[in-house]
Amino acid sequence: MEMFNFLPPELIRMIIFVALLIGLVFLNALVMVYLERKIAGHIQRRLGPMEVGPHGIFQTLIDGIKLIGKQLIIPRDVNRPLFRLAPLLAFTPVVLPFVVIPFSQKIQARDLNLGLVFIIAMSAINVLAIFVAGWSSNNKYSLFGAMRSVAQNIAFEIPILLSVLSVVLMTNTFSMQGIVTAQSNIWFIIVQPVAFLIYFIACIAETNRAPFDLPEAESELTAGFHTEYSGMGFGLFFLGEYGNMFVVCSIATVLFLGGWHGFTLPFNDYGAIIWFMFKVYFLLFLMIQIRWTYPRVRFDQLMNLAWKYLIPISLVNVLITAVIVKL
Amino acid sequence: MKQYVNNIYFGLKSLVVGLVVTFKAMIQPVVTVQYPREEIDITPNYRGHIELVPNPETGESSCIICGMCAKECPSECITVKSEKSGDGKTKVLSLFVQDFTKCSLCGLCVENCPKGAIQFSDEYDLAGFTKEMFHFDLIKRLKERQ
Repeated sequence: MEMFNFLPPELIRMIIFVALLIGLVFLNALVMVYLERKIAGHIQRRLGPMEVGPHGIFQTLIDGIKLIGKQLIIPRDVNRPLFRLAPLLAFTPVVLPFVVIPFSQKIQARDLNLGLVFIIAMSAINVLAIFVAGWSSNNKYSLFGAMRSVAQNIAFEIPILLSVLSVVLMTNTFSMQGIVTAQSNIWFIIVQPVAFLIYFIACIAETNRAPFDLPEAESELTAGFHTEYSGMGFGLFFLGEYGNMFVVCSIATVLFLGGWHGFTLPFNDYGAIIWFMFKVYFLLFLMIQIRWTYPRVRFDQLMNLAWKYLIPISLVNVLITAVIVKL
Repeated sequence: MKQYVNNIYFGLKSLVVGLVVTFKAMIQPVVTVQYPREEIDITPNYRGHIELVPNPETGESSCIICGMCAKECPSECITVKSEKSGDGKTKVLSLFVQDFTKCSLCGLCVENCPKGAIQFSDEYDLAGFTKEMFHFDLIKRLKERQ
């Protein structure tokens, strides 16, 4: 390793971390798709994928290889540069928030003192990607999907920010590690149950998951914004979506479920990652179960939920929190 | 305002009830069958293609070659042929073929057979590359089954 000595050690650390994090995004998508299909199967009292490997564990791997092998068809009348750009735009901002996620006390690529703001800013780019994809596809279904997505994301960004704000008011810091440290005595889900509930509901909408999957409602819009995408173009949207789910669930874990706090494990500075992953995957499981439980909402119901219920309640919640913190 | 609070309360309650329903379904045993690896008994009402019933005493078919099945068949998919036996006095069944590509499974042949010599088989996983594979020689099938 002598030859790398001219590089600053912090840079090498960052590069290794980012490579691992990209690996995590792919691995997470593989695991999540498998879990999703298995849980969907068992909720419908069948077994789900069983053919490839024992209990079908290689099914998603094979599906991924199939997607990579497929031709990327670009329709004649699309806006070519934007059409090619959109999947990248959907995938890249999903990897960036992983940089500030505190997996344990020591496993974190970088503890920005504005970590939470960074994550929220990055996840907002996802909306742009969906809109670019829908617009450039030159397809009515794509455009409608994109329009719905933008309206939905703008509406649900507000309750997310307000519920995050009520936690930040208590911790006085935007640093992810700082927020976790503040919960060493009591998890914020006990102090802020309403904020947690609002955050979780709004996040399901933000990640375009059922029952809020109007941008890709297959019965109305074939596939919504990614109707025209094939092969890995579609694959990147898919990866982005599952990466996004992981990000919002890890924010929920950091803000409300005490991050990596739990019973002390061996090598706790690093080993606490098991606690963190356990909590994140519990929330992801809940998201999957919600998808296979509720029917899709209508668009006016979606908007009513955001503007009439989530936003007023989270505003009141922020107000009460502010008063109590000030007392 | 009362309506508003009611909506929130009953809405959240119904959501939780829904989650409980799916969670219970998830931990219950599966009801589907992993078909090529496990098979279940088929219902006796199932109508496959027809087959000849073996006579319990002789093991041969009890067909008397009256030709009622072939005559009755609305799709004309049954062919029955006979030949003289060795002593030249009785007829012996020499050909009994069903063209399953035309059969509509109406069951008139089974109903009309005076000797009850035809029944529905329980074959359900039929597949083939040519239509000749569905011209079933029922005499051969009867011999193979014994």
